[in-house]
Amino acid sequence: MIHKLVWENVRHRPVRTFLSALLIAIPVTLVLTLVGLSEGMLSEARRRANGVGADIVIRPKGSSFASSLSSAPIPAALVDFVRKQPHVRLATGTIIHSISAPLTSAAGIQLEEFSAMSGGFRFVAGGPFRNPREILIDENYARERNAKVGAVLNLMNLDWRVAGIVEPGKLNRVFVDLEELQELTGNRGKVTQIYVKVDAPENVGAVIEALKSQLEDYPIYAMSDFISLFSVDSYPALKSFINVMIGIAVVIGFAVVCLSMYMAVLQRTREIGILKSLGASKAFILTLILREALLLSLVGAVIGVGLSFGAKWALETFVPASLSPAIVPGWWPRAALIAMTGATLGALYPGWRAASQDPIEALAYE
Amino acid sequence: MSSSHVIRIEKLRKVYRVGKVQVEALRGVDLLVERGEFVSIVGPSGSGKSTLFHIVGGLTPPTSGTVIVEDRDLARMSDAERTRLRKTRVAFVFQKFNLLPTLSAADNIAIARHLSGNRNGADPQFRDVLEMLGIANRLHHRPSELSGGEQQRVAIARAIVNHPAILLADEPTGNLDTTNSQLVLSVLRDLNQRLGQTILMITHNPEAAAFGHRTVHMRDGRIVA
Ligand SMILES: Nc1ncnc2c1ncn2[C@@H]1O[C@H](COP(=O)(O)OP(=O)(O)O)[C@@H](O)[C@H]1O
Ligand SMILES: [Mg+2]
Repeated sequence: MIHKLVWENVRHRPVRTFLSALLIAIPVTLVLTLVGLSEGMLSEARRRANGVGADIVIRPKGSSFASSLSSAPIPAALVDFVRKQPHVRLATGTIIHSISAPLTSAAGIQLEEFSAMSGGFRFVAGGPFRNPREILIDENYARERNAKVGAVLNLMNLDWRVAGIVEPGKLNRVFVDLEELQELTGNRGKVTQIYVKVDAPENVGAVIEALKSQLEDYPIYAMSDFISLFSVDSYPALKSFINVMIGIAVVIGFAVVCLSMYMAVLQRTREIGILKSLGASKAFILTLILREALLLSLVGAVIGVGLSFGAKWALETFVPASLSPAIVPGWWPRAALIAMTGATLGALYPGWRAASQDPIEALAYE
Repeated sequence: MSSSHVIRIEKLRKVYRVGKVQVEALRGVDLLVERGEFVSIVGPSGSGKSTLFHIVGGLTPPTSGTVIVEDRDLARMSDAERTRLRKTRVAFVFQKFNLLPTLSAADNIAIARHLSGNRNGADPQFRDVLEMLGIANRLHHRPSELSGGEQQRVAIARAIVNHPAILLADEPTGNLDTTNSQLVLSVLRDLNQRLGQTILMITHNPEAAAFGHRTVHMRDGRIVA
């Protein structure tokens, strides 16, 4: 019966119900989109790291996993050194230079070496770069920049001709010749990181040990370990940011529900008086208000999940190269909980006001 | 002092405080009502009739005096105990019907049943009561789809669904035309005669008052005759 009363109250004022739910939905969408973006970007990073085809990665001295690399401190001579080690089949240095910080970067690669390691690019259109000032871009970047083969793109204040468009998933979205990028960025003879391929998987451990003993202070990871580091846990700042957003979502949910239920309680003063005259207890009235708030927040959470699909679609359509949003269903119950927490807190005061109404005054209310 | 008195009121006073002003709504009321009686209460506006009902019905505590309903003293009851009294032992019918606008007539009755703690539907005899009230085929309508007379009969059905000891009707025909007033008044008389329902009814209309067994007159917070 109490469900019916709650349901009829919510149904009776559809505009108010819809607007309240929508306002609750917005922070839910923001949280889900943020989480989806973090997860999506990280899984995209894992996919691309995986796509390099390396077994081992050597990073600059003193760099931690989460430091974003946009400098080239490793001497290229080290690549030759690594290549000569036992069991090492391939080694190639790359340089990463940010072109529209922090989301897009250009990778300088030695095309033959990189192709040998990664299994080669799959060209959707065009072919490898052969002349200076030519670049390869992946499909997402092509879509975001609306670029075709032969188009000229301005990057790093220079004009580049698109030589080929490749399938995404290997290291980066924009590729130029290693030496050219070294020149342009004043890093002649230097690289950002070194990728290593070993002759057989069972030798990876031994090679890492050997490299570590000879290259002191260089962080050296097995690729599988390196890839597993691409998780939210590796980025404390991201985690804090998500928590701040959750806090904001709870506060907005709280404020929306508090206002909405406060107005509802005022509008229904007389009905509350009627219920009291029929013997409804304070607990009953409070429960009634809380359940209505919970219902609003649940509807809001569902709308919020729906809107997060819309946000994903919008990001994928308008910035397919910069942002890689994902849908994370594991967060839906959490998002609902966030909305419900805000709603419950927000309904407490109006609920208490309603429960402690004087029944005679409430009945006299016009 | 026999327990056939379903209501026993002695030296009842009620003072309302409005800011710094004190309003003496009841200034020493004595009243005995026997089980099965139909009592009409008349008196000028502001004479304390509604206040008397609100106290007997447990909506507000008395300031002083004794108010015994079914052998229990309301003056000693807590808020929660008076709430419990309203669940099953006393029931109101108001001038303005006071049905819940979002619920159908049937659900308005069901919610009273629910609040009384009875999770089953109304008992089978209640069907006959609905027939007697002439609303059996109007139950799925919302209040806004019912005439005033129908709404008031739904309100009466809601009031008696839990078999209260006392039905308090505060100007039940005040918002009705003559035809509907007659209908509601005869329904109340039938309830009293057929089911032995104790009824107290406030009215301005002498013809309506004549439906009761006796009439109590109030003036300035006192019973005058
Ligand atoms: N809740 C209240 N707060 C303050 N004064 C009230 C309240 N209810 C009634 N009164 C006052 O008590 C007196 C009696 O009112 P009431 O019992 O409603 O009379 P009646 O029903 O006979 O018209 C009036 O002077 C009225 O203004
Ligand atoms: Mg009155």
